[in-house]
Amino acid sequence: MSPAPAVKTLLIDGKDVSASGDQTILGAARENGISIPTLCHLDGLTEVGACRLCLVELKGSTRLQPACVMLVEEGMEVTTHTPRLQKYRRMILELLFAERNHVCSVCVANNMCELQDQAEAHGITHVRFPYRSPSLPVDASHERFALDHNRCILCTRCVRVCNEIEGAHTWDLLGRGVNSLLISDLHEPWGESDTCTSCGKCVQVCPTGALFDKSKVGGKVRKNPDFLSYLNEMREGLR
Amino acid sequence: MSKTITIDPVTRIEGHAKITLQIDDRSEVSEAYFHVTQFRGFEKICVGRPFYEMPTLMERICGICPVSHLLASAKACDALLAMKVPPSAGKLRRILNLAQLIQSHALSFFYLSSPDLLIGMDGDPKDRNLFGVMRKHPELGRGGIRLRQFGQQVIETLAGKRIHPAWVVPGGVTEPLSIEKRDKLLAQIPEVIAIVQKTLAWFKIEFENFREEIRSFANFPSLFMGLVTADDRAGYYEGKLRFTDSHGNIVADKLEAANYADFLGEAVEPFTFMKLPYYKPLGYPGGIYRVGPLARINMVENCGTPLAQQEWIEFRALERGAVLSSFHYHYARLIEMLFALEHIEEYLLDPIITETHARYSASLNNLEGVGCCEAPRGTLIHHYRVDEQGLITWANLVIATGHNNLAMNRGILQVARHFVRSEKLNEGMLNHVEAVIRAFDPCLSCSTHAYGQMPLQIRLLSADGKLLDELHRKSSSGNHD
Repeated sequence: MSPAPAVKTLLIDGKDVSASGDQTILGAARENGISIPTLCHLDGLTEVGACRLCLVELKGSTRLQPACVMLVEEGMEVTTHTPRLQKYRRMILELLFAERNHVCSVCVANNMCELQDQAEAHGITHVRFPYRSPSLPVDASHERFALDHNRCILCTRCVRVCNEIEGAHTWDLLGRGVNSLLISDLHEPWGESDTCTSCGKCVQVCPTGALFDKSKVGGKVRKNPDFLSYLNEMREGLR
Repeated sequence: MSKTITIDPVTRIEGHAKITLQIDDRSEVSEAYFHVTQFRGFEKICVGRPFYEMPTLMERICGICPVSHLLASAKACDALLAMKVPPSAGKLRRILNLAQLIQSHALSFFYLSSPDLLIGMDGDPKDRNLFGVMRKHPELGRGGIRLRQFGQQVIETLAGKRIHPAWVVPGGVTEPLSIEKRDKLLAQIPEVIAIVQKTLAWFKIEFENFREEIRSFANFPSLFMGLVTADDRAGYYEGKLRFTDSHGNIVADKLEAANYADFLGEAVEPFTFMKLPYYKPLGYPGGIYRVGPLARINMVENCGTPLAQQEWIEFRALERGAVLSSFHYHYARLIEMLFALEHIEEYLLDPIITETHARYSASLNNLEGVGCCEAPRGTLIHHYRVDEQGLITWANLVIATGHNNLAMNRGILQVARHFVRSEKLNEGMLNHVEAVIRAFDPCLSCSTHAYGQMPLQIRLLSADGKLLDELHRKSSSGNHD
């Protein structure tokens, strides 16, 4: 059994905080009631640092660091909310909206969407960037679920939960950058996937209306990704 | 010398339109066109989207009558699922539809048209608005606002929000009605019924002053179309289509809305973005017909509720056969509000209304579905085709206002011939031409409510394009969509 990591002390938003050496800034902050916005992060999944919404400022460095992957260090001084960070977070959210067709009013996840929540929390009333308005399909070939690429923000929560928790690895990303596309198996229709177990975990962890349960449309049913912590605790023998 | 007069935009209607009048060598109006200048494109926007998204997508067509589109769309989706909805959901949907009818009719009658009736067609445009109505007849103005409020409150109580609710879904509704909410609604009904009765009493005296308008406001023989229930009443949510003629005789009956393409043609003209539906057996443009309140009241032999029935008898006594003047759309609207209130009360008193099982589920069973209901302005048809995954491949919407397109064009010609004679334009003349359109209460985009605020321009041009006369009404503030 490896020795427990040493306890580190640091300052987050002027508050003295102590954390275990293997904790991220995000973990330490949330443990101490300091909120940092996230989209790709989900308790119970590995971190990818993809959405950059959790960027924070570190004293002594001009570079912004993603709190979800940056480990705490002794003597660190972290600031989570500054005008500069707010500016970048807003920009990130606006770019997400501009990238695909996020039409909240007619989306199946309207009022139950993490992207929408973040936009609201950041006071976004309009998007300054021109919309790309890509022509993207909907894959409704699965009997129970559907994938709408128009609402996907490429956070890869679905990819990770399918691989790490369900062990099926049905989902993956095709292509690069703005042209990336979520695919099932070897870019086959979801309904024809050999690996999908129809467990629905990907639907529950999807922060937007990209993955949804057909039978729940209009039902004002919030997704529930909290099962992940429970599953992990069970696996680690904590429950 | 022939000339062209353009009224652009037409005000106090829902949407964007202009009117062109052509004047011949004898200074008489020879042609009139109602141009709908906006394009929405919903039939294309929806392609590739899942069918269960349609109710919330399609209701975005309109900010005034979203409920109508919500219902027609949900019914088309019910047809795709090949299912019936739970009895409570069916009644709740009916209440929602009637509440929508009340709020929309209140808007049309009190906010948009009562200024013409109360201030006068030739009245000062500065007073010819709801504020003018409030000054001259505060009780009428207040009553109109209260009626619209009641309609919207019913929608909010049932569906969670007043505009664009997502409560109606394929298979039923998402939430049942609680007993507390039902009782709250029931308690308000006597008060709002009294408002409609008072307004009716006022209107029946008032319309005697509009003999000339009654004679000339799209007053011509035409067919009427609408949904009729199995027990021969106007069917606002269900029923089969009926056509009657100007004598009140049934021309065609028990037509399935799903087969609308067999008897309804949709013509297209280069001067407007709005299609021109016609009754196929009579061809185009001979197959002219009207829909909406006037048609619904003209087509049935009884109303089915006691107070509205009395009014209906009085109304039908106006003429032998069908009441033909489109001016009486206003009258019909008031009777329909009374009917709707009585009917809502009836549904709310039915114990089934608070049953908690309000949604059935099913998977896709048909690749084509049609949904039809009566919107405030007339029969509304949504028709979808989907692929095996349930993604829309094709859609056709026959909107209530569209049915009246031929009649509106003819109505403008009739009014313009009657009121527009001089080469010198005046505001009252222009308002008469607009008022005939208002009588139909067209819903062009269904979202603009810039009462008295939109700029209005009318230009009198000679045949060679020379400007002979011009009239402007300045915008008092920006219009909003």
